[in-house]
Amino acid sequence: MQNKTKIILFSSLFILIAIFLVIDLILGSVSIPGEKVLAILMGEDVKTSWNYIILNFRLPKAITAILVGAGLSVSGLMMQTLFRNPLAGPYVLGISSGASLGVALMVMASVLLPGVFGVIYSFLGSWALVVSAIVGASIIFVIIGMASIRISDSVSLLIIGIMFGSITGAVVNILQYFSDPEQLQSFIVWTFGSLSGVTWNEMQLMAPVVIIGLLLSFVLIKPMDALLLGENYARGVGISVNKTRIWVIISTALVAGTLTAFAGPIAFIGVAVPHMARAIFGTASHKVLLPAVVLIGAVLMLVCDILSQVPGNQTTLPINSVTAIFGGPVVIWVIVRSRSVKASFS
Amino acid sequence: MSNNYFKDILETNDLSIGYKEKRGEDLCLLSDLNLTVRRGELVCLLGPNGSGKSTLMRTIAGLQAPLKGRTLVEGIPIRERNFSEIARLLSIVLTERLQIGNLSVYHIVSLGRHPYTSWMGRLSEKDESMIKWALEQVGLWQYANKFINQLSDGERQRVMIAKALAQDTPLIMLDEPTAHLDLPNRVEIMRLLRNLAKETDKAILLSTHELDLALQAADIIWLMSKNNDFKIGAPEDLVLSGSIEETFKNKSFNFDRKSGNFIMNYQKKQKIQLVGNDVMGFWTQRALAREGYQVTCEKTGNCSIHLVEESMEWQIHKNGKVTNCKSIQDLLLGLNENL
Repeated sequence: MQNKTKIILFSSLFILIAIFLVIDLILGSVSIPGEKVLAILMGEDVKTSWNYIILNFRLPKAITAILVGAGLSVSGLMMQTLFRNPLAGPYVLGISSGASLGVALMVMASVLLPGVFGVIYSFLGSWALVVSAIVGASIIFVIIGMASIRISDSVSLLIIGIMFGSITGAVVNILQYFSDPEQLQSFIVWTFGSLSGVTWNEMQLMAPVVIIGLLLSFVLIKPMDALLLGENYARGVGISVNKTRIWVIISTALVAGTLTAFAGPIAFIGVAVPHMARAIFGTASHKVLLPAVVLIGAVLMLVCDILSQVPGNQTTLPINSVTAIFGGPVVIWVIVRSRSVKASFS
Repeated sequence: MSNNYFKDILETNDLSIGYKEKRGEDLCLLSDLNLTVRRGELVCLLGPNGSGKSTLMRTIAGLQAPLKGRTLVEGIPIRERNFSEIARLLSIVLTERLQIGNLSVYHIVSLGRHPYTSWMGRLSEKDESMIKWALEQVGLWQYANKFINQLSDGERQRVMIAKALAQDTPLIMLDEPTAHLDLPNRVEIMRLLRNLAKETDKAILLSTHELDLALQAADIIWLMSKNNDFKIGAPEDLVLSGSIEETFKNKSFNFDRKSGNFIMNYQKKQKIQLVGNDVMGFWTQRALAREGYQVTCEKTGNCSIHLVEESMEWQIHKNGKVTNCKSIQDLLLGLNENL
């Protein structure tokens, strides 16, 4: 692909992000005209309630959409390269299962052990779910991290990750079985994923961690490119595969773990966007793919957030379903047209 | 002493290779190897499957710990260096087929410059001219912008050799570089490697199963056999001393010292006389040998074959009866009917 074409593609993605960001801010249960939205963003005081809705509700939601889209897509790309597996995604190491176990324990075990969890719950308040998800994801991350130091082949690590997913899934099932309907519902609502739960307060923690994780992955472009040739060739050109693997896991755990804690286990996007980027840009080079998945992921997530606000209605659809229902066909179409999966994972 | 000129690029000191066991005794495949590869030399490591070729290659490349001893490249002990320092001393080409398709030839060769680039992987002018030179050496510069999955297997292997050249190391190691290739490509790769060794003054060490090609292309052969035997020498010396014959000894075939070929041992059925000589005679004899006949020039029994070279025909004389055959295929069918 010519450099000129690449520049055109990248700039169109930037323009798309800007357009969908504005649309995302305009749409919602309270209708606010477009020029007023822009005025509010410029710092004008248009109408107190509108200002409040845009700045404290819709803007953090849109930024969350961009971070989720970009972050999960980058994590997915790194996992797919590390494991040389087109089905790998940000959650393949069991990080989201860890987070959901944490949340499940917090939500449901407070019924079984009201004393201990009640105290924790009242102490953490609105941060309870976030903290429990982070703790759950971190525990799994530490275990996987230790395993990755001991085990030097990626396929075994992949299987261990999947096994942890199954084990935690089973524990969550048991918790669900014994919990009452109310608790069950609030857990299930968490699993639907939500972009609107992040306030500016929480953004102050989420955004920096995700951005650090993303920067880390940009530092890993060179070793990741070498890994495309296989682990032996990568060692042959001077890459320490074990070190790279550990850094990739740390960056993925930071990004995917944090995003899951704040927005729930949003599936699909992390697996799908890297394939779209490969199909659109026709390359496996991370120098191109990494910025590409950041932008495509952000666009896709903004579009999904727009679609989840059913037009002319107060209800919003769960974001997890929207990404799959609307994103799925797009990805299938792109992949069928370009056959890039076979070229990347033959 | 960085400009020190080492005549021996690779050197091993009392190297013992094998596998360390957590319990019990270590499995030692070969011990006390003192090997050298000189500048501009093409060395082929030969040996039957299971003799430990890969273990030796991996140990020399620093990918596996030796049981004892050490490997030096240009006087620098490999195991005491990290991956990126080793990558400036030796480059590797593997048997495994790349699993990636949508990378350009140029990009793959540029990965050979990894040991020299910054963490960003940005290519300097020198890096770019090295990549161009490497691709020209293997004759693939015009394919630089093609994707690797658009190339044939032979071309892919040449791309990986270009990657090794771009890595600019005194030693290049290749693990069965001709394994997946057809005959013309195998010959081409070996010829290319030999020329590269001579022109660039690098040391090239490769493991292979291609005995005939190795005998023709190698300066030195390292011969491994299953009973922990290790012989070193010019190909012709190893043939004359019978080492090659000994190493590849087998029930079903023989190494023919005269022709340098393997000859299958066919079950001998009976003797047959062949009248005629030259090229036609040579190939007729091979066909008959495959069918189990022991071919002689003397008269035996009551059956003989006569070659009519002018008309490219074969005649079976049996009990005074003559059968004409148009091809060797006909001849063999005719013989089966007659006997």
